[in-house]
Amino acid sequence: MASTIRVRATVSGDTTEVQALIQHPMDSGFVKDAQGQIIPAHFIQQLTFEHGGRTVFLANWGAAVSKDPYVKFSFKGGAKGDDLKINWMDNKGATDSTTAKIS
Amino acid sequence: MHARHIFLSAIAALVGGVLACVAASAIAAPDKIDPAADAKAFQKYFTDKFPQVKFEDFVNGPYSMNEDMRKQWEEKEQFPPYEFSLEAGKEVFATPFGNGKTYADCFPNGGLGIRQNYPYFDEKEGKVVTLELALNRCREANGEAPYSYVDDEMASLTAYMAFTSRGKPFDIKIPNDPRALQAYENGKRYFYTRRGQLNFSCATCHVQSPGERIRAEVLAPALGILNAMPIYRSEWSGMGTISRRLVTCNSQTRAVPLEPQSDEYRDLEYFLSYVSNGLPISGPGARP
Repeated sequence: MASTIRVRATVSGDTTEVQALIQHPMDSGFVKDAQGQIIPAHFIQQLTFEHGGRTVFLANWGAAVSKDPYVKFSFKGGAKGDDLKINWMDNKGATDSTTAKIS
Repeated sequence: MHARHIFLSAIAALVGGVLACVAASAIAAPDKIDPAADAKAFQKYFTDKFPQVKFEDFVNGPYSMNEDMRKQWEEKEQFPPYEFSLEAGKEVFATPFGNGKTYADCFPNGGLGIRQNYPYFDEKEGKVVTLELALNRCREANGEAPYSYVDDEMASLTAYMAFTSRGKPFDIKIPNDPRALQAYENGKRYFYTRRGQLNFSCATCHVQSPGERIRAEVLAPALGILNAMPIYRSEWSGMGTISRRLVTCNSQTRAVPLEPQSDEYRDLEYFLSYVSNGLPISGPGARP
């Protein structure tokens, strides 16, 4: 299966702008399905972006973040061709990671 | 005094009744069904109402009407929320059925770049065939169970087919067949008929009030509204097909929705697509 993470990171001046879209149901645990059964909570708990061994973005997420979340931020440093490592872990212990090149 | 008043009222009612009869017979005179003239008038209504909106821009719905929303959308489009669905659609489209055939075998040009020709009038069947319907017929003809018309699988397939047709102008044809003209006319009637507890017609929102707010949303113009389908609705946290959109529109006005792909909805889609002829396909779209 294709990665659940889409990333685009671009340098302009001394900052790198990062956009990411992550495919995840982000079930809050408060919603019922058509049969009236609670859909168990299933959400990303931690999301990290690493650049050159340094964590440039760390998010501790909970049930309130929407499905297929989108993140945008920028950090100082980063150069064309550098690797940006993205990793998430959800409350069921599932993880996914990908490495993107900064352009 | 009292009796006199009643007498006068009765006369007034009588005169009113006669006038109403005259008016009714004038209205009942058989109107020629003229889709080409309708489409011209329909498009002129919108271009007159929104002289600042470029014609091709009507396919962008509320974004053509609201500057703030447009800015947000342009940013969103750099990383569109329908991307996952599009990718899934591409994969499913290329995956063969159990019998080895694919969707491409069911459609002209392998199914690519043809969205602008749907719905069309099938003269053999005597009915309107939409893209969603054609996709499920393709599945059934190849021994597969049909998809739900309102769920993600169908949306991802139509998303992919729309994506391959982006920029191509809607080219809906109404053959010179009384049944086709009737289907068009039925769709038009459905569009303009008020229904539901709120007594709304499709036109109440999408002809009379595009650009206005309904709660927090900005209403899209009916012109070009199907060009952007299917759409990722942030409100739905997911994709929606044309069927899903129509069913939801009906229930939001507190009317009883019809079955997806019922004759009425097919005719409605035929009418709405026809009057948007010339506007480019822009789907899949993203809406708040």
